[in-house]
Order: sequence, then C-alpha cells, then structure tokens
Amino acid sequence: MSNRGINDMDNAIFRRPDIMPDRATHFCPGCGHGITQRLIGEVLDDLRLRDKAICVGSIGCTVTSYLYYDVDGTEAPHGRAPAVATAIKRCHPDLHPFAIQGDGDLASIGMAEIVHAAARGENITIIFANNANYGMTGGQLAPTTLVGMYTSSTIAGRKEDRHGFPIRVSEMLATLDGPAYISRVSLHNPANVRKARKAIEIAFRAPLEGLGMGFVEVLSMCPINWKVEPVNAPQWIVDNMIPQYPLGEFKCKPEVEELKKAVRG
Amino acid sequence: MSERTLMGGNIAIAEGAILAGCGAYFGYPITPQNDLLEHMSVRLPAMGRVFLQTESELAAINMVYGAAATGVRCMTSTSSPGFSLQQEGISYMAGAEVPCVVANIMRAGPGLGNIGGAQGDYMQCTRGGGHGDYYLITLAPASVQEMMDLTMLAFELADKYRNPTLVMADGFLGQSVESIVMREPVKSLPPKDWAIDGARGRDRRLINSFEMNPIDHPKRIRLLLEKYERMRLEEVRYEGMLLDDAEIVIVAYGSAARAAMTAMNRARKNNFKVGLLRPITVFPFPSQVLSDLAEKGSKFIVAEMSSGQMLEDVRISVGNQNEIKLVNTYGGVPLTPDMIFEAIDLMS
Repeated sequence: MSNRGINDMDNAIFRRPDIMPDRATHFCPGCGHGITQRLIGEVLDDLRLRDKAICVGSIGCTVTSYLYYDVDGTEAPHGRAPAVATAIKRCHPDLHPFAIQGDGDLASIGMAEIVHAAARGENITIIFANNANYGMTGGQLAPTTLVGMYTSSTIAGRKEDRHGFPIRVSEMLATLDGPAYISRVSLHNPANVRKARKAIEIAFRAPLEGLGMGFVEVLSMCPINWKVEPVNAPQWIVDNMIPQYPLGEFKCKPEVEELKKAVRG
Repeated sequence: MSERTLMGGNIAIAEGAILAGCGAYFGYPITPQNDLLEHMSVRLPAMGRVFLQTESELAAINMVYGAAATGVRCMTSTSSPGFSLQQEGISYMAGAEVPCVVANIMRAGPGLGNIGGAQGDYMQCTRGGGHGDYYLITLAPASVQEMMDLTMLAFELADKYRNPTLVMADGFLGQSVESIVMREPVKSLPPKDWAIDGARGRDRRLINSFEMNPIDHPKRIRLLLEKYERMRLEEVRYEGMLLDDAEIVIVAYGSAARAAMTAMNRARKNNFKVGLLRPITVFPFPSQVLSDLAEKGSKFIVAEMSSGQMLEDVRISVGNQNEIKLVNTYGGVPLTPDMIFEAIDLMS
C-alpha cells in the first residue's frame, strides 16, 4: 500500500483542500456535515485563512469540526459558539473565528447567543447546519423539526398543538440590522452544493471586510435519524425540508453585493 | 510615595483588574455589582481595551472563555444568581485550562433571595461549583484594599495555574467605601505559548476539554488533580490575629471578619483570650493552621453570613474534640460584632 495521499498524486483531478488534514471524519454514512466541512475548507484555502482562522467547535455532531482544519481551534459549550467567537474577534480583530452550529445548538439552547451576536453585527462567520433533528443524541425533536416528522421524542410525529411550530432561523435573523449576509442553501445535489460553496465564501468575505456577520443555513442530510437510505436522503430534503425552509438570500448588504463579484462559481 | 484614595469595593476590583493588565471585560447587570460593570464600561474603552455588556451571564462567561483562549487577561463580574448561570462555562475553562478571573459579589439566595450581602455561595465557590472534578483558587477579600490587591493576585494565580480564579466578596463589601493605597500597574504579562492567536508560522493549537478516549481522559484529569494539589500546598493564605494565647479562635472571612475583628478587640478589653483566623484563600482552605490550633485545645467560633457552609471546612480541619460554635446570619442580613461578642461571652 502506498502512503501517498490523494493530494500527492500528480494526476488527481479532485483534491482535498490543503487546510484539511488527511484523516477520516466521524460522520455517519450519508451525512451532510462532511460536505459542509469540505466547502469551508475550500474557502479557507482560497481566502488563505490558515493563519487567521479560529475554528470554534460547538456541541452536537459538529463539536469536533476543529479536527478537520489545520487552524487554531477551540470548543464552546452547547449553544455558545457565537459568544466565544465574538470575544475572539473583539480581542483580536485580525483573527477570523467561525463556527459550524447544528440546529439544536443554534436554534434551541443557543438562540440568545446567535440573535445577539447577529444584532451586534459581530464580524464572525456562522454556518448553521439544519437537519431538523438533534443528530448526536439520537434524533430527538429540534426547534427545526418539521410538523408531522417522526423523531425519537415525537414517535407519533411533531404535532402543532403539542410541540409548536418549526423556526425559520434565517428569516428571523434577517429582520436584524447587524448581519451582513444571510442565506439558506441545500446540499441535495451538485448544483446546490456549488451554490452552498459560493454562499459560504460570501459569509467569510463579508465579516473579513468588517461588514457584519456572515450566516449560511445549510439544509443537510441526516439519513440515520431520518430513517431513510443515504441515497434517498437528498430527495428527502427536496420533498420535506425545502417547502418549509425555502432556499435563497434573506439579507445581503449593498456592500456585500459588491463583494460577490469576486466570488467564483 | 504611594497615593491614597477613597474608593468603593466594586470599583477597587475594576481598578485592580486594570492594573493587572485585564484586557477585556464581559458582564451583565446584576445588583449589587452594577457599579463594577459601569466603571469598566468607561475605563476599558478609554484605554483601548475591550468592554462588552452581554445578553446574559451565560454569554459573558463564554466570551471570557473565548477571550482568555486567545491569551488576553480577562474577567467577568456577577452576583450569586448570575454566578450560578456561569458554572458550565467555568467548568469548561477549568477542563480546557483557560485562565480568567471571576468576581462574585454575593447576595442572598436561594432563588431570587434579595440583594443584601451574603456568603451563601461558599460551597459553590470552594467545591468547583460546576460539573466534573475541578477546583478554583478562591480569594476572599475583607477590605476595599484587598478587593484591589486580591484581584491583582487573582490574575497572577489564574495565569500561573491556567485555571479560572475567583474573587469571592459579599455585597456589603462591594458597596463599602474605604481609603486605600493605589498599587503600581503590572509591567509585563507572562507569555502564553498555548494561546490560540492564529497559527502563523507554527503548528495549530487546540483549546478544548473533550476527550472521548476512556484511557486518555482520566490521564488528563489526573494532571488537573495534581495542579489542584499544588495549589493546596503552595497557595494557602490567611491572616492570624492574636492567636498565640487565644483560648477562643474566631474563624471568619470577608465582611464577617470585619465584625469579628471588632468583637475580638472588645473581648480582649474584657480580658477574654480571643484571636481571629481569617482565611484569605477559602480554597485552598487553611486547614493545617486550624488543625494546629485545635491541637492546642482552642475553642472555635465560626462567624459567617450563611447557614454554616464554611463551618463544614472548619469541622473537617478541627475534628470533633474541640467545641465549635456557629454564629451566623443569612438572607441578606449583616453579621454584627454584638452577635459575635455574645457568643464569646457565652463560651468563655
């Protein structure tokens, strides 16, 4: 067996981003997180952020997101990544903290921190991985769980009268003046993965320019907890999530429109 | 010549922090420490340092975590209910070995209680307070001067041990105004070769407390426990007054120690042989000196503004051969010299 990684091959046509060490992720088969991490890795490479980026892990399946980037990293308590990232940026404006937060982490226990960091216009990047359930703990009801959806704590499905309604985080944050860029994307097919890549790059560029928070909500596959075959999980997003969580930009400051011209894809 | 000035207790903590090189403060309003936050809101930005009023005490402690991880000396201040909220963040910092200073200006609990000064967070401060096996050096000032001096010391000890360090005072002390001697600013801060300040020209660094591996995690905790043991050996601080011939030793800290001093002086005038042992660190607790006094046959009066929380540490240190009497208040009521003198009178 050769020890050569794919990045060492002369004829490779698809490479691991340089910033991502050669290691397997801990994600389940068919999970969307690996794609999101890779897209962020591409952006870290393209924007040459190895010396500036600080990866803030936040509790849930993305807690060890810092393992997959060769940048400084830390680990926030559940829901508090925007607070940790805020302080890093305030104390070291030359650094660029970013976090990948799940929907339980961001939209439930950490709702106060994300709202206030956004309202303050903190110059940080938050990637919000929405898979409509608490993945790491085994698929319980999340604030983003769809009405009627089965979870391990709503075994008869989410009922409006008992469990209330799912929260559209991007739309809600877009009512605030602080954020520079808010967008919802999906990973269900290659065309949308490319759009996600572009949105993530803008969400890094905007705070780097001091324009405010860059925020991308990524609709992400969780076949294990959705109890669907990995191959069918992308279609599950199309059929079930996009009707509740429409894709698109919800906030884009005029200065960010200018920035977009520099983004490829 | 050092300058003397009149200063409030909470302000002395703020000024002590500034002298110690505190580069960032994050806090949330709660009585009786609002003047500390307000003072920082003016002073730090004027010096080009970071001040942020946060959305909650949770956000405050986690911002302290983020700032401290980058190597900046930083702090938050709060009062009892807010301190309860911060336990998770403090536990994370202890686990990740991130230094910071937390000032807890205690008020009466449980629950909402009231805004009167109290010492009811003794257990929470001296036993770690949050989840998991950890301890925090806990400094208990008894004067406005010590509010300043021990805050400066807290920053030193936090960096020395890479551990959160507490300044535990009560609301009465926080609101007291006394004449103090101003201190000199700290000239140079210790280098931090562990801080996450951008991986320029070096390997990346990671600050976390997560360890999935059941072999590695106990190893990591063992290192922490060794650190706490070093604190127990090297950082015990206390003040002993008139202990040599004391037949009765009052044990008291913070505001209660001030009442105890007055009671002791009055008792001495009445020819009672009374001394005072004032813990300055309540963790690590001055157990050995108490144990030595117990050997000599002293009786003890524990004076505190709680149901008798420090009393447990005194009992552990003294054993059950010596008489120990608790004189206490709770619910935001100050302890008076009269109450302590009465106990001395009854015990003599």
